[in-house]
Amino acid sequence: MAEGVGIILAKLAFVLLFVLNFGAVLTWVERKQSAVMQDRIGANRASIFGVRLLGLLHALADAIKMFTKESFTPDNADKPIFRIAPAISVFFALVGFAVIPFGDKLVVGDTVVNLQVAPLNVGVLYLFAVAGMAVYGVVLGAWASRNNYALLGGLRASAQMISYEVALGVSIFGCIMIYQTVDLQEIVRWQGHLLGGWLPAWGVLMQPLGFILFLTVGIAETKRIPFDAPEGESEIIGYFLEYSGMGFGMYFLTDFIETVMISAITVTLFFGGWQVPYLMADGFHFPWGGMVALSNWMVALLQFVSFTLKVMFFLWLQMTIRWTLPRFRYDQIMRLGWKYLLPISLVNILLTGFIILLLK
Amino acid sequence: MNVHDKYGPLTLWEKFYLAPILAGLWLTSKHFFRNLGRHILRAVGIKSRAMGAVTIQYPEFLRPLFPRLRTMHRLTRREDGTPRCVACMMCETVCPAKCIYILADEKLENPQIEKMLHSFDIDLGLCIFCGYCVEACPEDAIRMDTGILELSNVSRNGMVLDMETMLNLKPDGSRYAQYDKNGDIISNAYIQQPKKS
Repeated sequence: MAEGVGIILAKLAFVLLFVLNFGAVLTWVERKQSAVMQDRIGANRASIFGVRLLGLLHALADAIKMFTKESFTPDNADKPIFRIAPAISVFFALVGFAVIPFGDKLVVGDTVVNLQVAPLNVGVLYLFAVAGMAVYGVVLGAWASRNNYALLGGLRASAQMISYEVALGVSIFGCIMIYQTVDLQEIVRWQGHLLGGWLPAWGVLMQPLGFILFLTVGIAETKRIPFDAPEGESEIIGYFLEYSGMGFGMYFLTDFIETVMISAITVTLFFGGWQVPYLMADGFHFPWGGMVALSNWMVALLQFVSFTLKVMFFLWLQMTIRWTLPRFRYDQIMRLGWKYLLPISLVNILLTGFIILLLK
Repeated sequence: MNVHDKYGPLTLWEKFYLAPILAGLWLTSKHFFRNLGRHILRAVGIKSRAMGAVTIQYPEFLRPLFPRLRTMHRLTRREDGTPRCVACMMCETVCPAKCIYILADEKLENPQIEKMLHSFDIDLGLCIFCGYCVEACPEDAIRMDTGILELSNVSRNGMVLDMETMLNLKPDGSRYAQYDKNGDIISNAYIQQPKKS
C-alpha cells in the first residue's frame, strides 16, 4: 500500500526536527569540543535556576539573543533581497536532507514506509543541484548589503563554490560507476552486501581516494575553517557583515546545517548509510554462522541509530579539522581546488574504470 | 637565525597537505581524548591531580597570589590605635600618578609627633600600583598587602579610598602563596583553592 499524506508529513517533521536539533547542538559541540581540545573548559555559565547542563543552555541563550536583537537593514541595502537572502541560504541547506535515507523499510500495519522523505531516483543529482544553489543565498545577501567587504566575501564565496563544485561532482563519479545507480536508497542497499562473505562493501573500501577527495571538497562547501575565505573574519568580516539578529543567525545556522549535510552525504555514499554490519531485514546473519532474529521495528531502530552515530562521528571529525587547521590563503584554495583536487578526481575516475574493466 | 630556513622549502609530500594535516589532527585529538577522559573521571568522582583543563574558574576558585604582589592599600595603626601616618607628604610627593591627597592636622597631645592626618584619600582610578608610596613611607604607615584585587566600581567617586576604609583593612595572607623556612614557596601558585564565602 502506498504511503499516505500523514506518513509523509510525519517523516518530514522527523527529519526537520532531527536536522535542526543537530544544528543547535552543534553550537554547543563547537564551543565545548574546541575548549577540550585546547585544555580549556568552555562556555558553562548559562543557567536556569542554577542548572547549567554542561553549558547546553548556551544554545538556548543564543536563540533568545538572536530573536530579540534588532534585525537592522542598512539604508542603501536592496531591502527585499537583503531580507530574503538568509532564508534562501537556510532553505537550500535544509531541502537536501529530503533524499538522505535514514533507514530501510518500516512496516506500519499494511503500509511499507520507506525511511527517506523523498524517494527520488536521481538523488545524487538532486544533491548536486541543491548544493549548487546554496551559494545564491550567500551572494545575494552579500550583494544586497551594499557593503564592499560583504561584496568581497560574496565574490570569494562564489569563486570558491564554483571551483569546488566541479571537484565535488567529479569525486563522486567513481562511486556512481561502482554502484551503477544515483538513487541514494539503492546506493545504501548496495553497500549492504559482503565482500568475500565477511567484509561489508562500504564505499570507503571501494573508493578510498574518492572518500578523501569528497570529504575535503565537502568541508570546503560548508565555508568553514580551513576554507572560510568567504567569511575570513580577521581580514573581511564576510558576506554577512551587515546582518544582525536572526538574519545573521540564519547564516550561522546554515553553516552548521551544511556541516550535518556533508556528514550525512559522506556517510550515505562511503560509510554504508544506515547499514549495520551483518544486519539484514530480519536480523543479524553472522558470517561465522549463527543468527539473531529481530523484529522489523528493532531493525529500523538499529539502522537509524547506526546512521546517527556515523553522522555524529563525521561531525566530530569536521569539528576537529575546523579547530586544528588555520585558514588557507585565497590563492592556496584556488590552487588546491583546480590543480590538485580536480586532476586527482579525474585520475580516480580513470583508475576506477580501469579496475572495473579488469574485474569483468 | 632565519626561521624560514629551518625546515627548508615544502617537499612534494608536504604540498599535498594530507600527511601534515593528519599529524595536526593526531595532536589535537590526543589532547581532546586525554582531556575528555580526565573530565569524565572527575565527573564520576574519581579524583586525581590530573586536570582536564588549565582553566581556573575565577569567582568560585582563586589562584594564590605571588607574595610580592601589590594589592589594595591599607593604613597601619600605632599600638594606641591612632594612624601611624605623620602626614609627611612623602608618598604624595613620590606618587607618579598623583593619586594621593593628604590633608594634615596639628597633633596637639603628643609634641614629639607634630602632624597627624586630617584626611588621606587615594584615587584608585588613577593609581598605577607601583608601590612607591610604600617604599617612600618613613613610618611604615601604608602597605599594599590586603590581597584585594576586585576594585571595580560603578562611579569615579566610588574608586576613591578614604582614610577610614584604609585604616580598617586587614592584611589577608590567605590569598597569598605561603613560604617555608628556607624561603621556598610552599603552595603551588597554580593549584586551585576554594574561595571563602
